[in-house]
Amino acid sequence: MDAIVELRGVARRFPGGGGLHPTTLSFKSGATTVLLGPSGCGKSTLLRLVNGLLRPDAGDALVFGTPVREDTAPALRRRMGYVIQDGGLFPHLTGFGNVALLPSWLGWDDARIRERATVLCDLARLPTNLLERYPQSLSGGQRQRVALVRALMTDPALLLLDEPLGALDPMVRAELQRDLREAFAALRKTVLLVTHDLGEASHFADEVVLLREGRVLQHGPLEALEQTPADPFVTRFLSAQKSLWGVGAA
Amino acid sequence: MKRLALTLAFTLTACHAGPVRVGSKNFTEGVLLGEVATQVCGAAGEHVEHRRQLGGTAVLWRALRAGSIDAYAEYTGTITAEIVRGADPADLPALRRALSAQGIAMTAPLGFENTFALGVPEGLAAARGLATITDLRAHPDLTLALSHEFIGRADGWPGLRSAYGLAPRDVRGMDHDLAYRALASGAAHVTDLYSTDAEIASNHLRALRDDRHYFPDYRAVILYRADLAARSPACARALDALAGRIDAPTMIAMNAAVRVSRRTESDVAAEFLSTRLRAGATAAEPSRIARIAARTWEHLAMVLSSLLAAIACAVPLGVFAARRPRVGSLVLGAAGVLQTIPSLALLVLLIPLLGIGVGPAVAALFLYSLLPVVQNTVTGLRGIAPSLRESAEALGLPPRAKLLRVELPLAMPSILAGVRTAAVISVGTATLGALVGAGGYGQPIMTGIRLDSTATILEGAVPAAVLALVTQAVFGWLERRLVPRGLRDG
Repeated sequence: MDAIVELRGVARRFPGGGGLHPTTLSFKSGATTVLLGPSGCGKSTLLRLVNGLLRPDAGDALVFGTPVREDTAPALRRRMGYVIQDGGLFPHLTGFGNVALLPSWLGWDDARIRERATVLCDLARLPTNLLERYPQSLSGGQRQRVALVRALMTDPALLLLDEPLGALDPMVRAELQRDLREAFAALRKTVLLVTHDLGEASHFADEVVLLREGRVLQHGPLEALEQTPADPFVTRFLSAQKSLWGVGAA
Repeated sequence: MKRLALTLAFTLTACHAGPVRVGSKNFTEGVLLGEVATQVCGAAGEHVEHRRQLGGTAVLWRALRAGSIDAYAEYTGTITAEIVRGADPADLPALRRALSAQGIAMTAPLGFENTFALGVPEGLAAARGLATITDLRAHPDLTLALSHEFIGRADGWPGLRSAYGLAPRDVRGMDHDLAYRALASGAAHVTDLYSTDAEIASNHLRALRDDRHYFPDYRAVILYRADLAARSPACARALDALAGRIDAPTMIAMNAAVRVSRRTESDVAAEFLSTRLRAGATAAEPSRIARIAARTWEHLAMVLSSLLAAIACAVPLGVFAARRPRVGSLVLGAAGVLQTIPSLALLVLLIPLLGIGVGPAVAALFLYSLLPVVQNTVTGLRGIAPSLRESAEALGLPPRAKLLRVELPLAMPSILAGVRTAAVISVGTATLGALVGAGGYGQPIMTGIRLDSTATILEGAVPAAVLALVTQAVFGWLERRLVPRGLRDG
């Protein structure tokens, strides 16, 4: 079977420096791949090239076998959920308004939307009554759970998460990590998750893509990175992160 | 809303159907003659409207040509000076032919002239037997107190003196009001004036006849559209029948009744109709409440229709401008330039295009409302956090859905603030609509300024201020209704 997400020589440069060097990659379907690396390594850029928020200077990002371009992006995006650090919830809509926005535009009736939202709230461990609140009166963790529900409403096969837990305090973060992993396991979706945190990567990853300065240094299971590093930086990055936390990551 | 739109559409399109419209110039005698013309047409069974104090000759003449009004009072000297240039004001048949070539008919002279004249206290005139300017030659001992303007103009005192061979011993230039006082105290004996000034009556003066016809011929006539004779023969006949019915003393008395005794023009005109023409007068002056209610409706109609049109244009323009920064700066620049045109100038510029009445007023208010609404739409849209913009895009919302469900609601507080600014400015600016005959609160303000009557000014100014406050309050309420709860503070 073709990979759900495939990069063919995709490159993107920014005027101020940074970006992504030409990259060819394919991601394992039905698995969670963590894009890992220090700030500015190009991991978020990679994710945004996948859902077309950024256009590549060269090459093509293919999703479901279709190149992501201006004309194909809107339809493709409905088949990929996207969650960012602060959730990106629309402040003028309640939680329910946020999750119902796309389905109602697509013509779903209210009962179907509510039914789907209830199922997903259950999965995301979000009390459904919280959906009646506006984002400003939800906690950070609750907002991320609403954002996850919103991203999953149309049952996309692909889920893109850009530092989804980055802004949360450690307690909430640990709890949400656990809940998310269970949710991913239950959904069997292809997940691309961006983080700079090795602990988080080890928690979620079936595979890891380690990036540095716009280049992919190594792609494989975390154990492979530890045991057969492709570059001295891989070892340096992993050990620096471990000493930061003072514990083994794997 | 529908009713408003219908009213507006009706007002704009009804220029050639509907009631007969009489216009008047912006001074008391003009308004009085307009009122007389209105009432004689009314008495002839016609449905007539009087568009008061529209402006000067240029405005009235254009409005008449354009069909925005059907008739107004004019002076033969003015016609030859400003309308049919170079013609001889005394040659009425030639004048009539020239006007008729432009589709305009002229009544025979109404009976009085409003030209320069010399005035002498009535008692002195009787004692010395003064009736004409020629009579002054025999009385060089009389002191002349002339206005500076009259002394300075070539066609004023210098020309008059040589035409009549006058050689008074004492001629002084002084302020016009002081001259009247000098005459009253006996310090001076003769002054220059307009021959139908109210002061002639109030100061008990006699206007000496210009027996050598030195001053240009400023006989009052009524100009009306030639097609009026077909549309309303009764009205045209009634106007023609005014010929020779208003002599100078009558006009002076009517002017004085308004300016000195503070009576309304319609009241004075009605009295003239019933006593001089024996015609049924229709001078029922509406009560103050009814007047204010009518003005309020006119004012609101102007403000609301222009505001709605501005919103309908400016929000899409703002959306466009926010997306294309280069086009956007052009759009904002153009709207900004419109804003710098003084309202009076804009109204005058719009008259040739839209005639007079509600049209140019609404158009001007519309143009002034564009900038705040466009500007705030752009500001509101550009102020949306990039993460929210991207979230909407990443969700896979089509552009239309993104705009309607996400971007415009997020920009709503800013857009509403712009609309509120436009509305408050419009409430104030709409008072100038009265200058082009659109009615509204400006009407009593202008009348009050003309008659120097504070009470009349306040009849327009106070409701206008109240309306501005009400507008603020209404928008406060609208903001609570329209701005999503999640975007409100607290």
